[in-house]
Amino acid sequence: MKFTASINVMPLKEILDPQGKAVTRSMENLGLSEILEVRIGKHITLTVDAPDEESARKKVDEACKKLLANLIMESYEFELEAQLS
Amino acid sequence: MCRNALGKWRIIPTFARMELTTTETAKELGLLPEEYDRIKEILGRTPNFTELSIFSVMWSEHCSYKNSISWLKTLPKEGPHMLVAPGEENAGLVDIGDGFGCVFKIESHNHPSALEPYQGAATGVGGINRDIFTMGARPIAQLNSLRFGDLKNDRTQWLVKGVVKGIGDYGNAFGIPTVGGELFFDECYQVNPLVNAMSAGIVKVGETVSATSYGVGNPVYIVGSATGKDGIHGAAFASKDITADSVNDLPAVQVGDPFQEKLLLEASLEVIKTGAVIGMQDMGAAGIICSNSEMSAKGEHGMRIDLDKVPTRQDNMKPYEILLSESQERMLIVVEKGREADVEAVFDKWDLNCAIIGEVTDTKRLEYYMHGELVADVPANDLVLGGGAPVYEREYTEPAYFKENQKFDINQVVEPADLREVARHLLSHPNIASKRWVTEQYDSMVGTATMTTNRPSDAAVVAVKGSNKAIVLTVDCNARYVFADPKKGCAIAVAEAARNIVCAGGEPSAITNCLNFGNPYIPEVYWQFVMAIQGMSEACLKFKTPVTGGNVSFYNQSPDGGSVFPTPTIGMLGIMQDTANLMTLNFKQEGDYIYLIGESKNDIASSQYLASYHGIKNGPAPWFDLEKEYEMQELVKQLILEKRIVSAHDVADGGLYIALAESAMAGKLGFAIETDSAIRKDAFLFGEAQGRVVVSVKADEQELFVETMAASEVDFTLLGAVTSSGWVVDGEMYDAVAPATVLFNGVLHSYLGN
Amino acid sequence: MYYLFSVLLARLLTFFNKNYLWNKQKLNSFAYNFINRHLNSITRMKFGVVIFPGSNCDEDIIYVLEKVLDQEVVRLWHKDHDLQGAEFIILPGGFSYGDYLRSGAIARFSPIMQEVISYANKGGYLLGICNGFQILTEAGLVPGALLHNEKRKFICKNVYLKTATNNSLITSQLDTHAALKIPLAHGEGNYFANSDTLKDMNDHDQVLFRYCDENAAITNDANPNGSAENIAGVCNRSRNVFGMMPHPERASDSLLGNQDGLGIFESILNTVA
Repeated sequence: MKFTASINVMPLKEILDPQGKAVTRSMENLGLSEILEVRIGKHITLTVDAPDEESARKKVDEACKKLLANLIMESYEFELEAQLS
Repeated sequence: MCRNALGKWRIIPTFARMELTTTETAKELGLLPEEYDRIKEILGRTPNFTELSIFSVMWSEHCSYKNSISWLKTLPKEGPHMLVAPGEENAGLVDIGDGFGCVFKIESHNHPSALEPYQGAATGVGGINRDIFTMGARPIAQLNSLRFGDLKNDRTQWLVKGVVKGIGDYGNAFGIPTVGGELFFDECYQVNPLVNAMSAGIVKVGETVSATSYGVGNPVYIVGSATGKDGIHGAAFASKDITADSVNDLPAVQVGDPFQEKLLLEASLEVIKTGAVIGMQDMGAAGIICSNSEMSAKGEHGMRIDLDKVPTRQDNMKPYEILLSESQERMLIVVEKGREADVEAVFDKWDLNCAIIGEVTDTKRLEYYMHGELVADVPANDLVLGGGAPVYEREYTEPAYFKENQKFDINQVVEPADLREVARHLLSHPNIASKRWVTEQYDSMVGTATMTTNRPSDAAVVAVKGSNKAIVLTVDCNARYVFADPKKGCAIAVAEAARNIVCAGGEPSAITNCLNFGNPYIPEVYWQFVMAIQGMSEACLKFKTPVTGGNVSFYNQSPDGGSVFPTPTIGMLGIMQDTANLMTLNFKQEGDYIYLIGESKNDIASSQYLASYHGIKNGPAPWFDLEKEYEMQELVKQLILEKRIVSAHDVADGGLYIALAESAMAGKLGFAIETDSAIRKDAFLFGEAQGRVVVSVKADEQELFVETMAASEVDFTLLGAVTSSGWVVDGEMYDAVAPATVLFNGVLHSYLGN
Repeated sequence: MYYLFSVLLARLLTFFNKNYLWNKQKLNSFAYNFINRHLNSITRMKFGVVIFPGSNCDEDIIYVLEKVLDQEVVRLWHKDHDLQGAEFIILPGGFSYGDYLRSGAIARFSPIMQEVISYANKGGYLLGICNGFQILTEAGLVPGALLHNEKRKFICKNVYLKTATNNSLITSQLDTHAALKIPLAHGEGNYFANSDTLKDMNDHDQVLFRYCDENAAITNDANPNGSAENIAGVCNRSRNVFGMMPHPERASDSLLGNQDGLGIFESILNTVA
């Protein structure tokens, strides 16, 4: 069975996010001063082939832990969706 | 406690944490019982937790140099060009003439880089550059010295890629060229890589700013990034922090922001021009408390600081967290009262945070308030190096291996039948092969002053715009030699640095050092440290290159539980009086004569050849004679000034053959040489005896060259001549320039990918 | 006629003196050459160099324009709205606003860029180098986009460029058969445009430079970053906006041992004259 995983990897909230900070400031320059606290992460999608959702979840979790996120500075979350065959 | 928006429990900042500490708390914070007693004596009472935290970081090895300072003080400090004595400011200041000074320093970021190589290395680059511009100098060149474990290892490759990208991304965006460095691999660095970053800047003499503070009522500013809980991850602090949630709050990694650093650079140099600045210091290790105490102690004044006025990145930061935070890209500035508007206009122009957090007092104490309540009150001078910080004499013992090393005998090593194979082995060894994979990821040309981009040379030469001069920079340390014999090995590191400067056409002027060693509480490790210092002193006196400052990094461990090679990295500054004196290392033309200046020796000790081809790791340092080395360098200087030679390249790792190969590849040419039958051929070609330089001479200059040489006491040998492409030794073809270059250039790529 | 000649002579003398004081060597190595080539056409233009927070090649280009070429330069601060009468605007290299998000993405919205864009839309001359080129593509002033280098690494090295056309202000005097050695330094310089755009650009002679080897052959191996058709520099349809990734200002001074970039600036001065 195939599942689509949609993964968000974000810098940990206590870690400085220079990118988000620079974009926040430019929002101000654009006159969008209502926009606050921009933080920028990555969105990753992938397909996982697994017998059931439970094991698919485990695989994706492993992928996130091992490669997709650097847990020292990033957190991740993901959603799984079964693909229609 | 109450619930925050996310529904998690957190501590309400009811400071008043005036609860008293105990010897146990002190121990958890890394302080010795006698240090705790001393603190109680200084304060005349028992410190509260915030105060004890302050002492624990200020009296840590990192800030106080307590286990090294007594030996560091023995290093030569006087030199003809010194403008600021070592230790008095954030970095040394050397007079380069024409009204310019050069500020330069090297610093380690080993442990952060082992944890997270990208950010660890990046913040190392940020820190060292702040040390330069906090004195009012504009950085114009960066170098780095990197050491890793076996390159075949996956983790090593991950570390190399991360560190190089971290240095590149930070330095490139910051906009200062990375002009030189070294890269060395050995198993002893497997768990604990060494990442040493160096920067050099130029300032007009008289326009420097001091890290001082005085003038009662003068405002104290914090500028740059907001303060987060960065760098507060010691076990003691975590355990002090009560809830599991707050432990999760502590970032293990500090993130560098080169954009912020660039703005901070421009704003800092601009604010100095207002004339309103009394003193300025960057914040790195130990953050606000470090700057406050060092500046106040130097200016013999005190400060009253309202910690709640410090812009923070996280909510509800506790006083000790604000004080100790190592958040990057921040500066502390003391400004003349009444000039606030001028100062604020500059930071506003550069869109930087700028907040008054307190004022200068005459108490010589640092008084910290949080929401109007006194949270800590400590005397400034008792916190700092040279003031009340402890100084220890550590025991040292000669390790058993040292005597064993001296027993090495070249006759026990069988000379390989095919030396061409050795030549190729060395040419393709990561320690010798081209470092292009690394250097091309660094912007080496921004600033349009790097003269060595199109003219390869033994050291980096960077023009000082507005004058005819250039600064000449190199970082050197063959740690295998230092391990073999710390005293001689460290003297060699200084001599090699000087040799590189001289071969580039410069005059050695001063050094900065980064002393990477193991645990100083182990007497055998401390012996390595002491011997290295002694060797450095001796060599620095000879070359008249005083030590302007630097950094000590202890506790660098090897995988077997021992230490890394003792690695006292030498960063040397040379002055080139006229940019026309630049000397290159590439062979120029077929038919030019190749000479070796210095003595050939029957010596292969501690060479790359012995270590990697024969796998013999124990032996003495290579042959080295400080007096002869100095005489040889003086002569090379003269030859360059008199324009008797057209290339100069020092003989270092890989020996004479590799020196010839490098000159040949840089010139896309060949060579044909003869060896000396009195010396074993492997020693002649691959031995690393010191004090040697390969030069090439135009046919029509040869007579004058020989005349100059003959008039000196220095040994020299005609090796052969430059040819079109083949590399020929005693009539035997060893290689040709085109295939050798492909091999040499591709080695790191083969491990690290394209 | 005599008057013209004396004005010219006076300018030459000023030029000599300035350069002489500034660097004796330069006089020997290239000033004679340069002045000889320019006896008939020495021009003084007013250049405007935009400074964004994070620009770091601004002073390098100003140095070449002022010290090497004796031109007038005004610095245009990103927060300002005044081009100060500059006739030729340059967006320098660097990491404007940190280049977070996408290179050049934030800079294009800065106050000065509103003036620069309207100046260019009225036909004013505008050159973007490296990050400046990235800003031009983000602002839609030249076609295409600059992606991450194919090998995902920052690259800094000398490369060779072949001039694709003489039909532009910045290439008018360059030899279209020669390889110019010019350094590049970027992480996002991989030029991309869809095939229709590329065709359109080629049809309208809008490609200015292509990466080549040292013998001026345009090959895959000579392409340092994966750029489409080895493209290193382009102009817009109306030929007043120019963008290039390599840094000619890093190859315009004898002190650096490479003056291959100087021809680009000379083209500007001579053509405008």
